[in-house]
Amino acid sequence: MLKLNGITKIFGGLTALEDVSFSVADGSITGVIGPNGAGKTTLFNIITGLYAQTAGEVYLGEKNISLFPPEALAGLGLVRTFQNVELFGQMTVLENVMVGLHTRSKSGIFSSAFKLPGQIKEEKYIKEKSLQWLEFTGLTDLADIQAGNLPFGKGRLLEISRALAVEPRAILMDEPAAGLNSRETAELALLIRRIRESGITVILVEHDMELVMDICDSIIVLNLGKKLAEGTPREIQENPAVISAYLGEG
Amino acid sequence: MTGKKRQILIFLFFAAAVLLVPLFFKGNYLLNVFVFVGINTILAIGLNLLLGYAGQISLGHAAFFGLGAYISGIITTRFPLDPWLVIVLAAVCAGALAFVIGFPILKLKGHYLAMATLGFGIIMYIIFNETVGLTGGPSGLSGIPNLHIGSLIFDNDLNNYYLVWLFTLVVMLLSINLSQSRIGRALRAINDSEMAARVMGVNARILKVQIFTVSAVISAIAGSLYAHIMTFISPASFGFNFSIELLTMVVIGGLGSIYGSFLGAAILTMLPEFLRVFQDFDIIIYGLMLILMTMFMPGGLISGIQKIAEFTAAKIKGMTSNNAQT
Repeated sequence: MLKLNGITKIFGGLTALEDVSFSVADGSITGVIGPNGAGKTTLFNIITGLYAQTAGEVYLGEKNISLFPPEALAGLGLVRTFQNVELFGQMTVLENVMVGLHTRSKSGIFSSAFKLPGQIKEEKYIKEKSLQWLEFTGLTDLADIQAGNLPFGKGRLLEISRALAVEPRAILMDEPAAGLNSRETAELALLIRRIRESGITVILVEHDMELVMDICDSIIVLNLGKKLAEGTPREIQENPAVISAYLGEG
Repeated sequence: MTGKKRQILIFLFFAAAVLLVPLFFKGNYLLNVFVFVGINTILAIGLNLLLGYAGQISLGHAAFFGLGAYISGIITTRFPLDPWLVIVLAAVCAGALAFVIGFPILKLKGHYLAMATLGFGIIMYIIFNETVGLTGGPSGLSGIPNLHIGSLIFDNDLNNYYLVWLFTLVVMLLSINLSQSRIGRALRAINDSEMAARVMGVNARILKVQIFTVSAVISAIAGSLYAHIMTFISPASFGFNFSIELLTMVVIGGLGSIYGSFLGAAILTMLPEFLRVFQDFDIIIYGLMLILMTMFMPGGLISGIQKIAEFTAAKIKGMTSNNAQT
Protein backbone atom coordinates (compact mmCIF):
# COMPACT_ATOMS: atom_id res chain seq x y z
CA MET A 1 0.00 0.00 0.00
CA LEU A 2 2.93 2.31 0.72
CA LYS A 3 5.88 2.05 -1.62
CA LEU A 4 9.20 3.90 -1.52
CA ASN A 5 11.35 3.99 -4.59
CA GLY A 6 14.98 5.09 -4.41
CA ILE A 7 14.54 7.73 -1.71
CA THR A 8 17.66 9.90 -1.39
CA LYS A 9 18.04 12.92 0.85
CA ILE A 10 21.10 15.13 0.93
CA PHE A 11 21.40 17.90 3.57
CA GLY A 12 24.12 20.24 2.36
CA GLY A 13 27.04 17.85 1.98
CA LEU A 14 25.58 15.14 4.19
CA THR A 15 23.78 12.20 2.62
CA ALA A 16 21.11 11.33 5.17
CA LEU A 17 19.38 8.72 3.03
CA GLU A 18 20.67 6.93 -0.02
CA ASP A 19 18.52 4.99 -2.46
CA VAL A 20 16.11 3.55 0.11
CA SER A 21 13.36 1.40 -1.41
CA PHE A 22 10.80 -0.85 0.22
CA SER A 23 7.12 -1.48 0.25
CA VAL A 24 4.67 -1.94 3.09
CA ALA A 25 1.93 -4.55 2.81
CA ASP A 26 -1.67 -3.48 3.30
CA GLY A 27 -2.84 -4.19 6.86
CA SER A 28 0.60 -5.01 8.20
CA ILE A 29 2.64 -3.67 11.09
CA THR A 30 6.03 -2.68 9.74
CA GLY A 31 8.93 -1.58 11.88
CA VAL A 32 11.78 0.67 10.75
CA ILE A 33 14.80 0.22 13.00
CA GLY A 34 18.42 1.23 12.97
CA PRO A 35 21.10 2.80 15.15
CA ASN A 36 20.94 6.52 15.99
CA GLY A 37 21.54 8.66 12.93
CA ALA A 38 20.46 5.94 10.54
CA GLY A 39 17.92 8.28 8.92
CA LYS A 40 14.69 6.82 10.30
CA THR A 41 13.05 10.09 11.31
CA THR A 42 14.28 11.75 8.11
CA LEU A 43 12.58 8.99 6.17
CA PHE A 44 9.32 9.56 8.08
CA ASN A 45 9.54 13.29 7.47
CA ILE A 46 9.92 12.65 3.75
CA ILE A 47 7.00 10.22 3.57
CA THR A 48 4.74 12.62 5.47
CA GLY A 49 5.71 15.65 3.41
CA LEU A 50 7.62 17.64 6.04
CA TYR A 51 10.88 17.28 4.10
CA ALA A 52 11.35 17.20 0.35
CA GLN A 53 13.50 14.33 -0.86
CA THR A 54 16.45 14.97 -3.16
CA ALA A 55 15.45 12.02 -5.36
CA GLY A 56 13.02 9.13 -5.38
CA GLU A 57 9.26 8.62 -5.21
CA VAL A 58 6.68 7.71 -2.60
CA TYR A 59 3.49 5.90 -3.61
CA LEU A 60 0.36 5.51 -1.54
CA GLY A 61 -1.52 2.72 -3.30
CA GLU A 62 -1.24 3.65 -6.98
CA LYS A 63 -0.92 7.35 -6.28
CA ASN A 64 2.42 9.10 -6.50
CA ILE A 65 2.51 11.27 -3.35
CA SER A 66 6.12 12.44 -3.67
CA LEU A 67 6.43 16.05 -2.53
CA PHE A 68 2.79 16.26 -1.40
CA PRO A 69 2.47 18.66 1.56
CA PRO A 70 1.31 17.09 4.86
CA GLU A 71 -2.12 18.72 4.73
CA ALA A 72 -2.85 16.95 1.43
CA LEU A 73 -1.78 13.58 2.81
CA ALA A 74 -4.29 13.54 5.67
CA GLY A 75 -7.15 13.61 3.20
CA LEU A 76 -5.57 10.71 1.30
CA GLY A 77 -5.39 8.69 4.51
CA LEU A 78 -1.81 9.05 5.67
CA VAL A 79 -1.10 10.44 9.16
CA ARG A 80 1.72 10.35 11.64
CA THR A 81 2.60 10.90 15.29
CA PHE A 82 5.74 12.61 16.52
CA GLN A 83 8.67 11.49 18.61
CA ASN A 84 8.26 14.45 20.98
CA VAL A 85 4.43 14.37 21.08
CA GLU A 86 3.03 17.37 19.23
CA LEU A 87 -0.24 18.08 20.98
CA PHE A 88 -2.37 21.20 20.83
CA GLY A 89 -1.48 22.00 24.44
CA GLN A 90 -3.96 24.84 25.02
CA MET A 91 -6.92 22.82 23.79
CA THR A 92 -8.81 20.12 25.66
CA VAL A 93 -8.24 16.43 25.03
CA LEU A 94 -11.57 16.20 23.22
CA GLU A 95 -10.81 19.26 21.06
CA ASN A 96 -7.48 17.74 20.05
CA VAL A 97 -9.26 14.71 18.66
CA MET A 98 -11.89 16.94 17.05
CA VAL A 99 -9.11 18.60 15.02
CA GLY A 100 -8.34 15.10 13.73
CA LEU A 101 -11.73 15.14 12.01
CA HIS A 102 -10.82 18.26 10.03
CA THR A 103 -10.63 16.42 6.73
CA ARG A 104 -13.82 14.49 7.53
CA SER A 105 -15.82 17.71 7.78
CA LYS A 106 -16.14 20.76 5.56
CA SER A 107 -17.89 23.73 7.22
CA GLY A 108 -16.14 26.96 6.28
CA ILE A 109 -15.80 30.33 7.96
CA PHE A 110 -19.18 31.58 6.78
CA SER A 111 -21.31 28.59 7.79
CA SER A 112 -19.43 28.36 11.12
CA ALA A 113 -19.93 32.03 12.00
CA PHE A 114 -23.63 31.94 11.11
CA LYS A 115 -24.21 28.44 12.54
CA LEU A 116 -26.02 27.21 9.45
CA PRO A 117 -28.04 23.98 9.99
CA GLY A 118 -25.49 21.83 8.14
CA GLN A 119 -22.71 23.10 10.38
CA ILE A 120 -24.63 22.32 13.59
CA LYS A 121 -25.23 18.76 12.37
CA GLU A 122 -21.61 18.37 11.38
CA GLU A 123 -20.40 19.71 14.73
CA LYS A 124 -22.52 17.09 16.50
CA TYR A 125 -21.06 14.37 14.29
CA ILE A 126 -17.48 15.57 14.98
CA LYS A 127 -18.08 15.47 18.72
CA GLU A 128 -19.71 12.04 18.76
CA LYS A 129 -17.05 10.54 16.57
CA SER A 130 -14.25 12.08 18.67
CA LEU A 131 -15.74 10.67 21.86
CA GLN A 132 -15.76 7.24 20.19
CA TRP A 133 -12.05 7.55 19.48
CA LEU A 134 -11.36 8.58 23.07
CA GLU A 135 -13.22 5.48 24.17
CA PHE A 136 -11.14 3.37 21.78
CA THR A 137 -7.92 4.55 23.42
CA GLY A 138 -9.35 4.74 26.94
CA LEU A 139 -9.11 8.52 27.43
CA THR A 140 -12.83 9.20 27.90
CA ASP A 141 -12.43 10.34 31.51
CA LEU A 142 -9.85 12.94 30.50
CA ALA A 143 -11.93 14.49 27.69
CA ASP A 144 -12.21 17.95 29.29
CA ILE A 145 -8.63 18.22 30.57
CA GLN A 146 -6.30 20.67 28.87
CA ALA A 147 -3.97 18.57 26.70
CA GLY A 148 -0.88 20.41 27.94
CA ASN A 149 -1.56 19.11 31.45
CA LEU A 150 -1.62 15.43 30.50
CA PRO A 151 1.09 13.10 31.78
CA PHE A 152 3.46 12.02 29.01
CA GLY A 153 2.04 8.53 28.52
CA LYS A 154 -1.51 9.82 28.17
CA GLY A 155 -0.27 12.49 25.77
CA ARG A 156 1.07 9.73 23.54
CA LEU A 157 -2.29 8.01 23.61
CA LEU A 158 -4.01 11.28 22.78
CA GLU A 159 -1.73 11.83 19.82
CA ILE A 160 -2.62 8.38 18.53
CA SER A 161 -6.34 9.02 19.12
CA ARG A 162 -6.09 12.25 17.17
CA ALA A 163 -4.34 10.50 14.30
CA LEU A 164 -6.98 7.76 14.28
CA ALA A 165 -9.73 10.38 14.04
CA VAL A 166 -8.41 11.19 10.56
CA GLU A 167 -9.62 7.66 9.67
CA PRO A 168 -6.34 6.95 7.92
CA ARG A 169 -5.39 4.01 5.74
CA ALA A 170 -1.90 4.10 7.20
CA ILE A 171 -0.49 5.60 10.38
CA LEU A 172 3.19 6.32 10.90
CA MET A 173 4.39 6.39 14.49
CA ASP A 174 7.75 7.91 15.34
CA GLU A 175 9.06 6.11 18.45
CA PRO A 176 5.68 5.54 20.09
CA ALA A 177 7.21 3.77 23.09
CA ALA A 178 9.87 6.40 23.85
CA GLY A 179 9.45 7.63 27.42
CA LEU A 180 6.84 5.04 28.33
CA ASN A 181 7.23 2.66 31.28
CA SER A 182 6.95 -1.09 30.76
CA ARG A 183 3.26 -1.26 31.62
CA GLU A 184 2.45 1.59 29.26
CA THR A 185 4.53 -0.07 26.56
CA ALA A 186 2.59 -3.32 26.96
CA GLU A 187 -0.66 -1.39 26.65
CA LEU A 188 0.71 0.37 23.59
CA ALA A 189 1.50 -2.98 21.96
CA LEU A 190 -2.07 -4.05 22.55
CA LEU A 191 -3.41 -0.79 21.13
CA ILE A 192 -1.25 -1.04 18.01
CA ARG A 193 -2.61 -4.54 17.40
CA ARG A 194 -6.18 -3.29 17.79
CA ILE A 195 -5.44 -0.48 15.32
CA ARG A 196 -4.20 -3.02 12.78
CA GLU A 197 -7.26 -5.20 13.39
CA SER A 198 -9.47 -2.25 12.46
CA GLY A 199 -7.82 -2.35 9.03
CA ILE A 200 -5.20 0.40 9.38
CA THR A 201 -1.64 -0.24 8.26
CA VAL A 202 0.91 0.68 10.94
CA ILE A 203 4.47 1.75 10.24
CA LEU A 204 6.67 2.58 13.21
CA VAL A 205 10.14 3.76 13.99
CA GLU A 206 11.16 2.28 17.32
CA HIS A 207 14.16 1.65 19.53
CA ASP A 208 12.42 -0.74 21.90
CA MET A 209 13.52 -4.02 20.27
CA GLU A 210 11.31 -6.16 22.44
CA LEU A 211 8.25 -4.23 21.24
CA VAL A 212 9.35 -4.27 17.60
CA MET A 213 10.09 -8.00 17.57
CA ASP A 214 6.82 -8.69 19.34
CA ILE A 215 4.34 -6.80 17.18
CA CYS A 216 5.90 -6.28 13.73
CA ASP A 217 5.13 -8.50 10.75
CA SER A 218 8.07 -7.16 8.87
CA ILE A 219 11.10 -5.06 9.71
CA ILE A 220 13.29 -2.74 7.68
CA VAL A 221 16.76 -2.00 9.02
CA LEU A 222 18.47 1.26 8.13
CA ASN A 223 22.11 1.98 8.79
CA LEU A 224 23.99 5.15 7.84
CA GLY A 225 21.19 6.15 5.48
CA LYS A 226 21.05 2.90 3.57
CA LYS A 227 18.74 -0.05 3.76
CA LEU A 228 20.69 -2.82 5.43
CA ALA A 229 18.12 -5.58 5.63
CA GLU A 230 14.44 -6.36 5.33
CA GLY A 231 12.48 -9.35 6.63
CA THR A 232 10.46 -10.92 9.40
CA PRO A 233 11.56 -10.31 13.01
CA ARG A 234 13.18 -13.77 13.10
CA GLU A 235 15.15 -13.17 9.88
CA ILE A 236 16.34 -9.80 11.15
CA GLN A 237 17.45 -11.21 14.50
CA GLU A 238 19.59 -13.77 12.71
CA ASN A 239 20.97 -11.43 10.06
CA PRO A 240 24.76 -11.08 10.58
CA ALA A 241 24.89 -7.64 8.91
CA VAL A 242 22.28 -6.32 11.33
CA ILE A 243 24.03 -7.80 14.32
CA SER A 244 27.33 -6.20 13.37
CA ALA A 245 25.68 -2.83 12.69
CA TYR A 246 24.17 -2.82 16.16
CA LEU A 247 27.09 -4.28 18.05
CA GLY A 248 29.85 -2.71 15.99
CA GLU A 249 32.09 -4.68 13.68
CA GLY A 250 34.26 -6.99 15.74
CA MET B 1 -26.28 23.58 33.25
CA THR B 2 -24.32 22.60 30.16
CA GLY B 3 -21.52 24.78 28.85
CA LYS B 4 -23.51 25.70 25.76
CA LYS B 5 -26.54 26.92 27.68
CA ARG B 6 -24.32 28.92 30.00
CA GLN B 7 -22.66 30.62 27.06
CA ILE B 8 -25.98 31.59 25.51
CA LEU B 9 -27.08 33.01 28.87
CA ILE B 10 -23.85 34.99 29.25
CA PHE B 11 -24.28 36.48 25.80
CA LEU B 12 -27.94 37.36 26.39
CA PHE B 13 -27.05 38.93 29.73
CA PHE B 14 -24.26 40.93 28.09
CA ALA B 15 -26.54 42.06 25.25
CA ALA B 16 -29.27 43.11 27.70
CA ALA B 17 -26.75 45.08 29.75
CA VAL B 18 -25.51 46.82 26.61
CA LEU B 19 -29.04 47.79 25.59
CA LEU B 20 -29.88 49.14 29.06
CA VAL B 21 -26.73 51.20 29.63
CA PRO B 22 -28.00 54.38 27.88
CA LEU B 23 -30.92 54.59 30.36
CA PHE B 24 -28.42 55.41 33.11
CA PHE B 25 -26.20 57.74 31.11
CA LYS B 26 -28.73 59.94 29.31
CA GLY B 27 -27.11 63.17 28.26
CA ASN B 28 -23.84 62.14 29.89
CA TYR B 29 -20.65 62.61 27.90
CA LEU B 30 -19.72 59.04 28.91
CA LEU B 31 -22.26 57.78 26.37
CA ASN B 32 -19.98 59.23 23.72
CA VAL B 33 -17.05 57.34 25.25
CA PHE B 34 -19.10 54.14 25.15
CA VAL B 35 -19.61 54.63 21.41
CA PHE B 36 -15.84 54.42 21.00
CA VAL B 37 -15.65 51.47 23.37
CA GLY B 38 -17.97 49.73 20.89
CA ILE B 39 -15.86 50.62 17.86
CA ASN B 40 -12.67 49.55 19.62
CA THR B 41 -14.31 46.31 20.72
CA ILE B 42 -15.06 45.48 17.08
CA LEU B 43 -11.44 46.25 16.17
CA ALA B 44 -10.01 44.27 19.08
CA ILE B 45 -12.13 41.23 18.24
CA GLY B 46 -11.01 41.45 14.62
CA LEU B 47 -7.37 41.48 15.66
CA ASN B 48 -7.94 38.82 18.32
CA LEU B 49 -9.22 36.36 15.70
CA LEU B 50 -5.84 36.70 14.01
CA LEU B 51 -3.55 37.08 17.02
CA GLY B 52 -5.35 35.25 19.82
CA TYR B 53 -6.71 32.34 17.80
CA ALA B 54 -4.41 31.81 14.82
CA GLY B 55 -1.38 33.20 16.69
CA GLN B 56 -0.36 35.53 13.85
CA ILE B 57 0.69 39.03 14.79
CA SER B 58 -0.25 42.20 12.95
CA LEU B 59 1.33 45.55 13.75
CA GLY B 60 -0.54 47.26 10.93
CA HIS B 61 -4.16 46.69 11.71
CA ALA B 62 -4.97 50.39 11.99
CA ALA B 63 -4.41 50.48 8.22
CA PHE B 64 -7.53 48.36 7.57
CA PHE B 65 -9.47 50.55 10.01
CA GLY B 66 -8.27 53.57 8.06
CA LEU B 67 -9.01 51.97 4.71
CA GLY B 68 -12.63 51.40 5.74
CA ALA B 69 -12.91 54.94 7.04
CA TYR B 70 -11.36 56.56 3.95
CA ILE B 71 -13.27 54.50 1.38
CA SER B 72 -16.54 55.38 3.11
CA GLY B 73 -15.47 58.99 3.61
CA ILE B 74 -14.15 59.64 0.12
CA ILE B 75 -17.02 58.01 -1.76
CA THR B 76 -19.90 59.40 0.31
CA THR B 77 -18.53 62.95 0.16
CA ARG B 78 -18.25 62.83 -3.64
CA PHE B 79 -20.96 60.58 -4.95
CA PRO B 80 -24.63 60.34 -4.01
CA LEU B 81 -24.28 56.65 -3.19
CA ASP B 82 -26.10 54.94 -0.33
CA PRO B 83 -23.59 55.01 2.61
CA TRP B 84 -24.70 51.53 3.73
CA LEU B 85 -23.80 50.19 0.32
CA VAL B 86 -20.41 51.94 0.55
CA ILE B 87 -19.75 50.21 3.90
CA VAL B 88 -20.17 46.89 2.12
CA LEU B 89 -17.91 48.10 -0.68
CA ALA B 90 -15.24 49.25 1.80
CA ALA B 91 -15.37 45.91 3.59
CA VAL B 92 -14.98 44.04 0.30
CA CYS B 93 -12.03 46.24 -0.76
CA ALA B 94 -10.23 45.81 2.58
CA GLY B 95 -10.88 42.07 2.43
CA ALA B 96 -9.55 41.84 -1.12
CA LEU B 97 -6.41 43.78 -0.19
CA ALA B 98 -5.83 41.58 2.87
CA PHE B 99 -6.31 38.46 0.78
CA VAL B 100 -3.79 39.59 -1.83
CA ILE B 101 -1.07 40.74 0.58
CA GLY B 102 -1.89 37.88 2.99
CA PHE B 103 -0.35 35.20 0.80
CA PRO B 104 3.19 36.58 0.77
CA ILE B 105 3.07 38.19 4.25
CA LEU B 106 1.68 35.25 6.21
CA LYS B 107 4.40 32.98 4.91
CA LEU B 108 6.58 34.84 7.39
CA LYS B 109 6.68 33.92 11.05
CA GLY B 110 7.32 35.70 14.34
CA HIS B 111 9.42 38.86 14.16
CA TYR B 112 9.48 38.83 10.37
CA LEU B 113 5.69 38.82 10.23
CA ALA B 114 5.65 41.67 12.74
CA MET B 115 8.05 43.65 10.53
CA ALA B 116 6.07 42.99 7.36
CA THR B 117 2.73 44.04 8.87
CA LEU B 118 4.43 47.06 10.43
CA GLY B 119 5.68 48.01 6.97
CA PHE B 120 2.23 47.57 5.50
CA GLY B 121 0.73 49.82 8.18
CA ILE B 122 3.31 52.52 7.54
CA ILE B 123 2.83 52.38 3.77
CA MET B 124 -0.92 52.80 4.17
CA TYR B 125 -0.39 55.68 6.61
CA ILE B 126 1.83 57.41 4.05
CA ILE B 127 -0.81 56.90 1.39
CA PHE B 128 -3.51 58.43 3.64
CA ASN B 129 -1.16 61.35 4.30
CA GLU B 130 0.21 62.03 0.83
CA THR B 131 -2.71 61.53 -1.55
CA VAL B 132 -3.98 64.98 -0.64
CA GLY B 133 -6.34 65.21 -3.61
CA LEU B 134 -8.20 62.14 -2.44
CA THR B 135 -7.91 62.02 1.35
CA GLY B 136 -7.31 65.66 2.14
CA GLY B 137 -3.88 64.75 3.47
CA PRO B 138 -2.81 65.70 6.99
CA SER B 139 -5.58 68.27 7.34
CA GLY B 140 -8.14 65.51 7.00
CA LEU B 141 -11.40 64.81 5.23
CA SER B 142 -14.51 66.54 6.51
CA GLY B 143 -18.20 66.67 5.69
CA ILE B 144 -18.79 62.93 5.79
CA PRO B 145 -22.54 62.43 6.07
CA ASN B 146 -24.13 60.67 9.04
CA LEU B 147 -25.74 57.32 8.44
CA HIS B 148 -29.50 57.15 8.45
CA ILE B 149 -32.33 54.67 8.14
CA GLY B 150 -35.31 56.53 6.67
CA SER B 151 -35.80 59.54 8.94
CA LEU B 152 -33.72 58.06 11.78
CA ILE B 153 -30.40 59.91 11.57
CA PHE B 154 -27.39 58.69 13.54
CA ASP B 155 -26.08 62.09 14.56
CA ASN B 156 -26.30 62.03 18.35
CA ASP B 157 -24.65 59.94 21.06
CA LEU B 158 -27.71 57.85 21.88
CA ASN B 159 -28.41 56.83 18.28
CA ASN B 160 -24.73 56.26 17.58
CA TYR B 161 -24.51 54.13 20.70
CA TYR B 162 -27.22 51.78 19.45
CA LEU B 163 -25.84 51.79 15.92
CA VAL B 164 -22.32 50.84 16.99
CA TRP B 165 -23.34 48.35 19.64
CA LEU B 166 -25.70 46.56 17.28
CA PHE B 167 -22.71 45.95 15.03
CA THR B 168 -20.53 45.07 18.03
CA LEU B 169 -22.97 42.48 19.34
CA VAL B 170 -23.31 40.89 15.90
CA VAL B 171 -19.52 40.75 15.46
CA MET B 172 -19.20 39.27 18.95
CA LEU B 173 -21.81 36.59 18.35
CA LEU B 174 -20.39 35.58 14.97
CA SER B 175 -16.85 35.50 16.38
CA ILE B 176 -17.91 33.35 19.34
CA ASN B 177 -19.61 30.95 16.92
CA LEU B 178 -16.55 30.88 14.72
CA SER B 179 -14.18 30.31 17.63
CA GLN B 180 -16.12 27.23 18.74
CA SER B 181 -16.33 25.64 15.32
CA ARG B 182 -14.16 23.41 13.20
CA ILE B 183 -12.47 26.55 11.88
CA GLY B 184 -11.85 27.95 15.38
CA ARG B 185 -10.28 24.68 16.49
CA ALA B 186 -8.11 24.56 13.37
CA LEU B 187 -6.92 28.12 14.09
CA ARG B 188 -6.01 27.30 17.67
CA ALA B 189 -4.31 24.14 16.45
CA ILE B 190 -2.13 26.24 14.13
CA ASN B 191 -1.31 28.46 17.10
CA ASP B 192 -0.23 25.50 19.27
CA SER B 193 1.62 23.44 16.67
CA GLU B 194 1.43 24.38 13.03
CA MET B 195 3.23 21.19 12.03
CA ALA B 196 0.78 18.91 13.85
CA ALA B 197 -2.16 20.91 12.50
CA ARG B 198 -0.94 20.40 8.95
CA VAL B 199 -0.48 16.68 9.53
CA MET B 200 -4.14 16.60 10.64
CA GLY B 201 -5.06 18.02 7.24
CA VAL B 202 -5.44 21.69 8.21
CA ASN B 203 -4.30 23.85 5.31
CA ALA B 204 -2.54 26.36 7.53
CA ARG B 205 -1.44 28.63 4.67
CA ILE B 206 -4.93 29.17 3.27
CA LEU B 207 -6.61 29.33 6.67
CA LYS B 208 -4.22 32.02 7.92
CA VAL B 209 -4.93 34.13 4.83
CA GLN B 210 -8.66 33.59 5.27
CA ILE B 211 -8.69 34.70 8.91
CA PHE B 212 -6.45 37.67 8.04
CA THR B 213 -9.07 38.62 5.45
CA VAL B 214 -11.95 38.25 7.92
CA SER B 215 -10.00 40.32 10.40
CA ALA B 216 -9.45 43.07 7.80
CA VAL B 217 -13.14 43.08 6.85
CA ILE B 218 -14.17 43.49 10.50
CA SER B 219 -11.67 46.35 10.95
CA ALA B 220 -12.87 48.10 7.79
CA ILE B 221 -16.49 47.96 8.96
CA ALA B 222 -15.43 49.59 12.21
CA GLY B 223 -13.59 52.20 10.12
CA SER B 224 -16.67 53.03 8.06
CA LEU B 225 -18.79 53.41 11.20
CA TYR B 226 -16.11 55.64 12.70
CA ALA B 227 -16.05 57.89 9.62
CA HIS B 228 -19.81 58.34 9.55
CA ILE B 229 -20.02 58.99 13.29
CA MET B 230 -17.10 61.46 13.42
CA THR B 231 -17.95 63.04 10.03
CA PHE B 232 -14.28 64.03 9.98
CA ILE B 233 -11.23 61.80 9.65
CA SER B 234 -7.50 62.42 9.48
CA PRO B 235 -4.50 60.10 9.08
CA ALA B 236 -3.40 60.55 12.72
CA SER B 237 -6.18 58.18 13.84
CA PHE B 238 -4.87 55.34 11.67
CA GLY B 239 -1.15 55.35 12.34
CA PHE B 240 1.30 53.06 14.03
CA ASN B 241 0.31 54.25 17.51
CA PHE B 242 -3.22 53.07 17.05
CA SER B 243 -2.06 49.67 15.75
CA ILE B 244 -0.10 49.26 18.97
CA GLU B 245 -3.05 50.43 21.04
CA LEU B 246 -5.23 47.76 19.41
CA LEU B 247 -2.59 45.15 20.13
CA THR B 248 -2.52 46.27 23.77
CA MET B 249 -6.31 45.97 24.02
CA VAL B 250 -6.18 42.39 22.78
CA VAL B 251 -3.30 41.38 25.03
CA ILE B 252 -4.58 43.17 28.16
CA GLY B 253 -8.07 41.74 27.64
CA GLY B 254 -6.89 38.22 26.99
CA LEU B 255 -5.65 36.47 23.87
CA GLY B 256 -8.26 34.16 22.43
CA SER B 257 -11.17 35.56 24.42
CA ILE B 258 -13.95 37.51 22.74
CA TYR B 259 -15.22 39.02 26.01
CA GLY B 260 -11.61 39.73 26.89
CA SER B 261 -11.37 41.89 23.77
CA PHE B 262 -14.34 43.88 25.02
CA LEU B 263 -12.71 44.31 28.45
CA GLY B 264 -9.41 45.37 26.90
CA ALA B 265 -11.13 47.84 24.58
CA ALA B 266 -13.27 49.21 27.39
CA ILE B 267 -10.34 49.75 29.74
CA LEU B 268 -7.99 51.29 27.21
CA THR B 269 -10.71 53.57 25.87
CA MET B 270 -12.06 54.73 29.23
CA LEU B 271 -8.91 54.82 31.33
CA PRO B 272 -7.60 58.07 29.78
CA GLU B 273 -10.99 59.67 30.56
CA PHE B 274 -10.81 58.71 34.23
CA LEU B 275 -7.14 59.57 34.53
CA ARG B 276 -7.75 63.12 33.40
CA VAL B 277 -8.01 64.20 37.04
CA PHE B 278 -4.28 63.49 37.38
CA GLN B 279 -3.60 66.05 34.64
CA ASP B 280 0.03 65.85 33.51
CA PHE B 281 0.66 62.60 35.34
CA ASP B 282 -2.06 60.67 33.50
CA ILE B 283 0.29 59.11 30.96
CA ILE B 284 2.58 57.83 33.72
CA ILE B 285 -0.27 56.26 35.66
CA TYR B 286 -1.67 54.83 32.43
CA GLY B 287 1.66 53.18 31.63
CA LEU B 288 2.07 51.95 35.18
CA MET B 289 -1.37 50.34 35.16
CA LEU B 290 -0.59 48.54 31.90
CA ILE B 291 2.66 47.20 33.34
CA LEU B 292 0.93 46.02 36.53
CA MET B 293 -1.87 44.35 34.60
CA THR B 294 0.54 42.44 32.35
CA MET B 295 2.67 41.48 35.36
CA PHE B 296 -0.11 40.16 37.55
CA MET B 297 -2.55 38.97 34.92
CA PRO B 298 -0.33 37.60 32.18
CA GLY B 299 -3.24 35.63 30.68
CA GLY B 300 -5.21 38.86 30.31
CA LEU B 301 -7.97 40.42 32.37
CA ILE B 302 -10.52 37.77 31.50
CA SER B 303 -8.45 34.90 32.89
CA GLY B 304 -7.37 37.05 35.83
CA ILE B 305 -11.02 37.63 36.71
CA GLN B 306 -11.77 33.93 36.31
CA LYS B 307 -8.91 33.05 38.65
CA ILE B 308 -10.08 35.54 41.27
CA ALA B 309 -13.62 34.15 40.99
CA GLU B 310 -12.38 30.57 41.40
CA PHE B 311 -10.21 31.61 44.33
CA THR B 312 -13.09 33.35 46.11
CA ALA B 313 -15.41 30.44 45.40
CA ALA B 314 -12.88 28.03 46.91
CA LYS B 315 -12.42 30.37 49.92
CA ILE B 316 -16.15 30.57 50.53
CA LYS B 317 -16.46 26.80 50.18
CA GLY B 318 -13.61 26.30 52.62
CA MET B 319 -15.22 28.68 55.12
CA THR B 320 -18.63 26.98 54.97
CA SER B 321 -17.10 23.53 55.38
CA ASN B 322 -15.09 24.80 58.36
CA ASN B 323 -18.28 26.17 59.89
CA ALA B 324 -19.95 22.82 59.38
CA GLN B 325 -17.16 21.12 61.30
CA THR B 326 -17.25 23.39 64.34
